[in-house]
Amino acid sequence: MSEQTSGQAYWKANLKLIAGCLAVWFVVSYLFGILLVDQLNAITIGGYELGFWFAQQGSIYVFVILIFFYAFRMNKIDREFGVHEE
Amino acid sequence: MELQTLTYLVVGATFALYIGIAIWARAGTTGEFYVAGTGVHPVANGMATAADWMSAASFISMAGLIAFLGYDASVYLMGWTGGYVLLALLLAPYLRKFGKFTVPEFVGDRFYSKGARLVAVICLIVASITYVIGQMKGVGVAFGRFLEVPFEWGVMIGMAIVFVYAVLGGMKGITYTQIAQYCVLIFAYTVPAIFISLNLTGQALPQIGLGSTMEGSNVFLLDKLDQVVTDLGFAAYTAQKGGTLNIFLLTLSLMIGTAGLPHVIVRFFTVPKVSDARKSAGWALVFIAILYTTAPAVGAMARLNLIETIQTGEIGSPAGNLVYEERPQWFKNWETTGLLAFEDKNGDGRIQYYNDGNPEFAAKAEAWGWEGNEMVKVDRDIMVLANPEIASLPNWVIALVAAGGLAAALSTAAGLLLAISSAISHDLLKGMIAPSISEKKELMASRIAMAGAILVAGYLGMNPPGFAAQVVALAFGLAASSIFPVLMMGIFNKKMNREGAIAGMLAGLLSTLIYIFWFKGWFFVPGTEMAPNTADHWFMGISPEAFGAVGALLNFVVAWVVSKVTSAPPEHIQHLVEDIRVPRGAGAAVDH
Repeated sequence: MSEQTSGQAYWKANLKLIAGCLAVWFVVSYLFGILLVDQLNAITIGGYELGFWFAQQGSIYVFVILIFFYAFRMNKIDREFGVHEE
Repeated sequence: MELQTLTYLVVGATFALYIGIAIWARAGTTGEFYVAGTGVHPVANGMATAADWMSAASFISMAGLIAFLGYDASVYLMGWTGGYVLLALLLAPYLRKFGKFTVPEFVGDRFYSKGARLVAVICLIVASITYVIGQMKGVGVAFGRFLEVPFEWGVMIGMAIVFVYAVLGGMKGITYTQIAQYCVLIFAYTVPAIFISLNLTGQALPQIGLGSTMEGSNVFLLDKLDQVVTDLGFAAYTAQKGGTLNIFLLTLSLMIGTAGLPHVIVRFFTVPKVSDARKSAGWALVFIAILYTTAPAVGAMARLNLIETIQTGEIGSPAGNLVYEERPQWFKNWETTGLLAFEDKNGDGRIQYYNDGNPEFAAKAEAWGWEGNEMVKVDRDIMVLANPEIASLPNWVIALVAAGGLAAALSTAAGLLLAISSAISHDLLKGMIAPSISEKKELMASRIAMAGAILVAGYLGMNPPGFAAQVVALAFGLAASSIFPVLMMGIFNKKMNREGAIAGMLAGLLSTLIYIFWFKGWFFVPGTEMAPNTADHWFMGISPEAFGAVGALLNFVVAWVVSKVTSAPPEHIQHLVEDIRVPRGAGAAVDH
């Protein structure tokens, strides 16, 4: 693989990962926490209605996990394409 | 020990700690002054970012906001945390790879234009100054309430403390004091929350307590809260009150505004490596989430405590309400500060606290001989400030809350002041006016700019312009509509050129400014608003605070169209973009 095409493939892999992470980001906050909040509120976990829980607790936990997941996956992709830092 | 003495001791000890750190972490080079010599460990930077980000508003006001808005306050919880996902995925690692000192510097280099850099400097200074006024006010208020020091004195003491560690240490001094400030503020926030959660639900973790049953019964806390607030004519706590489109866009505006705030972005310039920048954003959000997931529990529990203190028995029965003379001590304490105020409208010596704006319930209340809501003032800040007293916690916890509020305000103020002073000394002076200036002179200039910024911020904190309350919308609106899109396009669109970036920034900036001014008055001058600031008059029900997301969209569209009809950026710029996209080769931030 030439340097140029490898660079493009690396960037594509990164964009794909970002798109996946942002899809989850959108689903837990905008979809579960806002747009579908009424439907999800029909389900309860303990005293939490599920939509309300996503809006005030769950989305934040998922955000944290997402960032670490992205950092972990990117480190792997960096190494795969040999562009990691020494 | 007397509460007053104890508070002086605790606050004094934290201040001594901050000054000690300042002397230890002096900055000797511009690299240390602007980006702490890029030697900050990612976890340490995460902690400093959390303190940088969480302001007096997060610490003191947010739980109260949640207490009174219920579900609708979710916009702040999601908006002010979700922005870190955008920061970690879309901005921080690439800007760290770029390896320079300020946000406008990236804009200027990437779009090969001093004009673009200047527009970015203006956005940065307006957003940061408006934000810092609130912090300085917060310092003055915290001193006033806990130490009974006059407001102006409070602001001056705060200025003096920031002066010592920000002027001496620059980013290096600020970073290590912010770490200390985070520890103080998070301890002060969570300890009372844990005790209140234990009191009400028997659960130590407030995050679990909020979803649990009340101690000694099988009724869930949130169900109970919904019940008591609706019984008194208020809207149900967990129900949605605002329009869905507005909630959606406000959340989005706060998220991209958060990701676009320069004083937050620049924190990620201080870590050694690109991979550290990614990880560090995760740590920042962990430390922020500790407070942000506790706040909903604090809000809900404090609201329940307040109502149950006043409505002691059956609603409508004459003996169901608290006799004013028998009110608890904390009630009296906070009455003297003016945060709580009672007016015996029907002269029965008891307190009636209900929603008299609800016509149906007001009619019912009249039949019971209630003549209007008698809690004429319940300041929402009380929900955090009075928490330790409501839960009967020892005095040292109350003293700690004072130190925590001050830590939150000071740490955010210092971060903002650094962003302002480096924009002046590095972007304006070194970048445009006197490029040949020596490093030693630039370091001196940055210290003078810092001192000047502290004086201006202190002056504005003491004499807040009438629009001070409105400006947070402006800060987030500007960051969302101008700074975030230009940075993102600079990284993700290789063909984005100077013309597109400037046109886009101006389109986002102007549309958002005009929309805010349209409903809040031109330059916030009262009486000049073009339409009343109510949902009926907003465009599609979008509030001025929520318009930043629309401004950002306009920015993207205009920039893309303009870049299509003008010439592509020069070859070396396209290489620059390719270079910042790969982590390899990131060194220490270098001067040019």
